[in-house]
Amino acid sequence: MQATRVALAQIAPKLGDIKANLDLHGDAIALARRHKAHLVVFPELSLTGYVLRDQVSEVALTRESRLFKKLLRTSATIDVVVGFAEETPGHRYHNAAAYLSKGRVIHVHRKIYLPTYGMFDEGRDFAPGDLVRSFATPRGPAGILICEDAWHPTCAWLLVQDGAELLIAPSSGPTRGAKPGRGITSVPVWHDLLRTTAQFQTSFVVYVNRVGYEDGLNFGGGSAALDPFGRVVASLPPLTEGLTVAELDPEVLRRARTAYPLLRDENLELVHREIARIRQRRFDVPDPLDMLFIPETR
Amino acid sequence: MSRKLRYVAPPAVSEPDLSIDSGATARILEGFIKKEVERTGLHRVVVGLSGGIDSALAAYLAVRALGRSGVVGVLMPYRTSSPSSVRDAEAVVGDLGILAERFEISELVDVFAAKAGPIGPRRLGNVMARVRMLVLYDRSAEHDALVLGTSNKTELLLGYGTIHGDLASALNPLGDLYKTQVRELARTLGVPKSILAKPPSADLWPAQTDEGDLGLAYDEMDRILALLVDARVAPGTVVARGFRREAVERLRRLVVRTQFKRRLPVVAKVSTRSVGWDFRYPRDWSS
Repeated sequence: MQATRVALAQIAPKLGDIKANLDLHGDAIALARRHKAHLVVFPELSLTGYVLRDQVSEVALTRESRLFKKLLRTSATIDVVVGFAEETPGHRYHNAAAYLSKGRVIHVHRKIYLPTYGMFDEGRDFAPGDLVRSFATPRGPAGILICEDAWHPTCAWLLVQDGAELLIAPSSGPTRGAKPGRGITSVPVWHDLLRTTAQFQTSFVVYVNRVGYEDGLNFGGGSAALDPFGRVVASLPPLTEGLTVAELDPEVLRRARTAYPLLRDENLELVHREIARIRQRRFDVPDPLDMLFIPETR
Repeated sequence: MSRKLRYVAPPAVSEPDLSIDSGATARILEGFIKKEVERTGLHRVVVGLSGGIDSALAAYLAVRALGRSGVVGVLMPYRTSSPSSVRDAEAVVGDLGILAERFEISELVDVFAAKAGPIGPRRLGNVMARVRMLVLYDRSAEHDALVLGTSNKTELLLGYGTIHGDLASALNPLGDLYKTQVRELARTLGVPKSILAKPPSADLWPAQTDEGDLGLAYDEMDRILALLVDARVAPGTVVARGFRREAVERLRRLVVRTQFKRRLPVVAKVSTRSVGWDFRYPRDWSS
C-alpha cells in the first residue's frame, strides 16, 4: 500500500434524518480535506443513525439513490467510507458500508454478524451479508468489518488472507457505564480487540465509532487507528464528536510483516482441510475434498 | 536448601461489581439529559424535590446538563411530610440556585381521601404519589419543560414505586443506577451531607423507611440484584456465594411480580401491526 492519510470522523448522526446527516458528512469531509486526508471513514449507519427498528425500510437506500449521488460527487477528491441501510433489488435490507472513490462505489460490505442479543435486535431488522471480500482502493488493498464483524476473528482473518492490508471498522458501539480505573467500559474493551486484531493480522486497523444518544443508549466513540504492531497512531476521546487524521506508513507494514511473519506462516491449506472435516461432522455434508479422489474399487 | 514451588492464590471472585467511575458516569448522564431534552425542542426539566437523595442527584445532574435556568424544582409536601424533608429539599434549591416552587398537596389529597372513604396508608400513599405526578406534569406544561424521573434501578427492579405516580416521567437518568451507586454519585457531585446521611424514605407516612418496607438493607439488596440481573447468576449460586436464601428468593419474587410496572399496558393483538408488539419504532423516532 501507499502512504495513506485516513480521517476518522467520530460523529453523532441524527436518528432517521438522512438530509441532516448528509450535511454532517459534508462538514466532516471538508475538514478531512483541509487536513489533506486521502480517505475519510464514517461510523456504522452514519447516514441513518442506529436504533432504527421499523424505520429501516423508510430510510434504506439503493446504490443508485439520488442521495447517494451527492456523496459520490464529493468522492471525486477524497475517498469516503459511509454507513447506510441498503435496500437490494430483491428488497432485502442490509446494514452496509460503502467505499466511494472517484465518483464510484467501489465496494459495499454488508454486515455479516448482526447482533441479536441483549440490547441488540439487528437480526429482526436486517438481512445478514454473506460475502467477506477485500478490495483494491487507490492507495492499497483494504477490507471492511462493521462493528460486530470485528468480534468474529474469522472476518478479519479472511480479509487479510484475501489480501487486505488495511481493515476499516465502522461502528455504533454503545457503552455500558463506567468503572473506576477503566473509564467508559466499552472503550478499553474495543481497544484490546483492535490491538490484537492489528497484531494477529499484521495490518492497519481503522476503527470509527459514533457518539451521541438514541433511546437512552449512549455511543462511546473512542475511535482509533492502529498500526500492524498494534500501536495506536491516532485516536479520539470517548463521548465527544471529533475528527483526527492518522498517517498510515507502508514502511511500518513492511517492518511488522517482516518482524512477525504470521501471514507468511499461516497454513491456509491446513485450515481449509480442518474446516472441511469439522463441517462434515457438524452438518453431515460430504467433504468437498473427497470428491477430488476416485475411490478405490476392487 | 530445597527449591520450593510457591502457590499463588487466584484473586477472589469480584462479582457483584457495583463500583462506578463517578466522573465518567456523570458525564454520560449529563449528556443524556441534555440530548434527550433538546431533541424535543425544549430546554428545561421540572423535578419533584422530596428532600431525598434520588431527586437531589437528579437535580444536580440536570443543572450540570442544562444550567440553573434549565431546572425547576417542585416541592410538594403533604401535611404529614417530615419537616426535615422540606428543609433538605430547600437545601438542594439553595445550593443549586434553581427556581423552586412549592405546591402543597394536602388539600387535594384530603379531598380525594374524604370522597374515596377509608383507604388506609398504602392507598393514601399511592394517591399522594399520583397527585404529585399531576402537579409535575401540569408544571411541566407551564414551564415548557419535561418531567425528570428519579426512580433508581433498585426501585424499578423491585417495583418499589407507584405506577403512574413517581414512576411516571419523560426521561430518567437514574434508572440504571442501583441505590448504592446513587449514593456514590451523589457524594461526588456534592449533594448536601444531611441528605446523604439519612435513611431513605418515601415519607408517605411518619417513620416510614424503604428498608423497613422492603425488609432488607440496600447494600444487601443491590448486591443480590446485581448478581441476579446484571451478572445473570442463578439464584442457587447467589445463595451458595453466601447470601441469605430467603432474601434472594424474596427479591426474585418481587422482580417477577412487578414486571407490569416496567411495561406499558398489554394490548390485545387483533390486527396485522399492533402498538407494543410489531409497530416498533424507537422512542426517539426522528427527533
